Amino acid sequence: MSFGGAKNLHTNNSADSYCLGIESTADDFGAAIVSFEGKVLSNANDAYMPKEGGIHPREAARHHAEVAEKVLTEAFQKAAVKPQDINLVAFSQGPGLGPCLRTGATAARALASYLDIPLVGINHCIGHIEIGKLATGAIDPVTLYVSGGNTIVSAFEAGRYRIFGETLDIAIGNCLDVFARAVGLKQRRGMPFGAVVEDLARKGKNFVSLPYTVKGMDLSFSGLLTAAVQAFQSRQYSLEDVCFSLQEVAFSMLTEVTERALAHTDKPEILLTGGVAANRKLQSMLEAVAKEHGACFCVVPLKLAADNGAMIAWTGILAYKSGIYTPIEKSYVNMKWRLEDVYAPWVEG
Amino acid sequence: MLIKKGAEANLYLEKWHDREVIIKQRLPKKYRIPQLDLMIRSQRTMHEPNIIHKAKEAGVPTPTIFMVDVVEATIIMEFVEGKQVKEILDQVSSEERLHISHLIGKMIGRLHKNGIIHGDLTTSNMILTPYGKVVFIDFGLSERSKELEPNGVDLHLMKRALQSTHYKYAKECFKAVIKGYSEVMGEEKAKKVTTKIQEIEKRGRYVAER
Repeated sequence: MSFGGAKNLHTNNSADSYCLGIESTADDFGAAIVSFEGKVLSNANDAYMPKEGGIHPREAARHHAEVAEKVLTEAFQKAAVKPQDINLVAFSQGPGLGPCLRTGATAARALASYLDIPLVGINHCIGHIEIGKLATGAIDPVTLYVSGGNTIVSAFEAGRYRIFGETLDIAIGNCLDVFARAVGLKQRRGMPFGAVVEDLARKGKNFVSLPYTVKGMDLSFSGLLTAAVQAFQSRQYSLEDVCFSLQEVAFSMLTEVTERALAHTDKPEILLTGGVAANRKLQSMLEAVAKEHGACFCVVPLKLAADNGAMIAWTGILAYKSGIYTPIEKSYVNMKWRLEDVYAPWVEG
Repeated sequence: MLIKKGAEANLYLEKWHDREVIIKQRLPKKYRIPQLDLMIRSQRTMHEPNIIHKAKEAGVPTPTIFMVDVVEATIIMEFVEGKQVKEILDQVSSEERLHISHLIGKMIGRLHKNGIIHGDLTTSNMILTPYGKVVFIDFGLSERSKELEPNGVDLHLMKRALQSTHYKYAKECFKAVIKGYSEVMGEEKAKKVTTKIQEIEKRGRYVAER
């Protein structure tokens, strides 16, 4: 990222300035138009669905390249905005799967240079936090960001979103996905593995003891995953009971570390964001904790929970307004871009 | 009097047999189911005084335990006079800061040498007494182990706590911690642990080479 001296921004804060956001870190290819005052005008998406197993990075990237034109066209049409009316292009620069990131970045570079407008590379994790703040009105939250690729407890301190706790191995979403596949569940479009497990868990009644691993504010899910799969394979417990117990243990762990971060930082809000934020059980547990500490509980709306272009566009606007943009020659993707490496001057205004 | 509503337990400062004591009570968490809740609370209540005692044997100052009530998940222990390291580390002179960090490193070394993993090494869990000792509190997440991995995770936590809470001085402080740590553990072992920390950092999902 660079600072200052951006070109071609005719209007700065008005409703007729727009940003195109492109998201392509993992299985989703998303494009969205957001106005500079924070209105999401369109949020188009197409997800890669592997026939079996998890995300194959190269296959996902191929999917993204195939659908890019369709998704971008849809984003412009739904927003009723023409490409030449766009003032800024934002794209997710990392962290994520290399081939997928590169596909999105290539589209973003091409559009920005064709339209001769500035480009800004956005940290995907910050996108999730900022869209959560925009949609819920949270100002200075402890954020629990949970998805297929990330499990992070973060709060803003001195210019950056600091990481207070994170997974030491796999992400919670990954844990649920792999568990679901291992026990033979199937996902459908609009019904990801997390939702399938949640559904089954609701029918579970008996608690199966599973390993609960919290280390300070950090978590580990790999042992829990193995134990849950083994519990099911032992044929001693019903799938519903194992799903129920897996959720109880995993979400209790997440809630405990979030509460720990809240107690440590004394922040006024808890924000739940990322794909797993859609889980009702997790929401209710965090809500209870927020209540106990007199904090506000905010959860990102369902349509903005999973990876999407709007979060990239909106974070792009915030960054750009504070003078940050990315010259094309520095717009290479960063697969391992840490949240706390990003200087976020827009937060303190 | 409630003095700290922690994430895990409430701390009360009370008079008990003419003595100022800390009462640590692990209250039920409504968000988790009773079976899991009871298991976590009673295990931690039994476990903590045990390990606090082991820490004393290792030569690490910890509060004196007066009473343990597993059913109520309550521990009555000494009120340690002093200041949380979290509160003072950024305020003191740089010489003092390095001295405290070095001392912390030595104490962690003594714990690890005796197979004690604290499990929550943050500067809010260390109290600097007026006599210049650092008392370690809150062993609620501690475990017994002499393996390299938990040693690494423990120190990694310390590093992370410094980075998130004392970011201005995190680097120099952690260096001093490691110095104190190696003095107790021996160069060779300490080197293995620091290599482990680097490995743990890289294990995180998205970590650039550092």
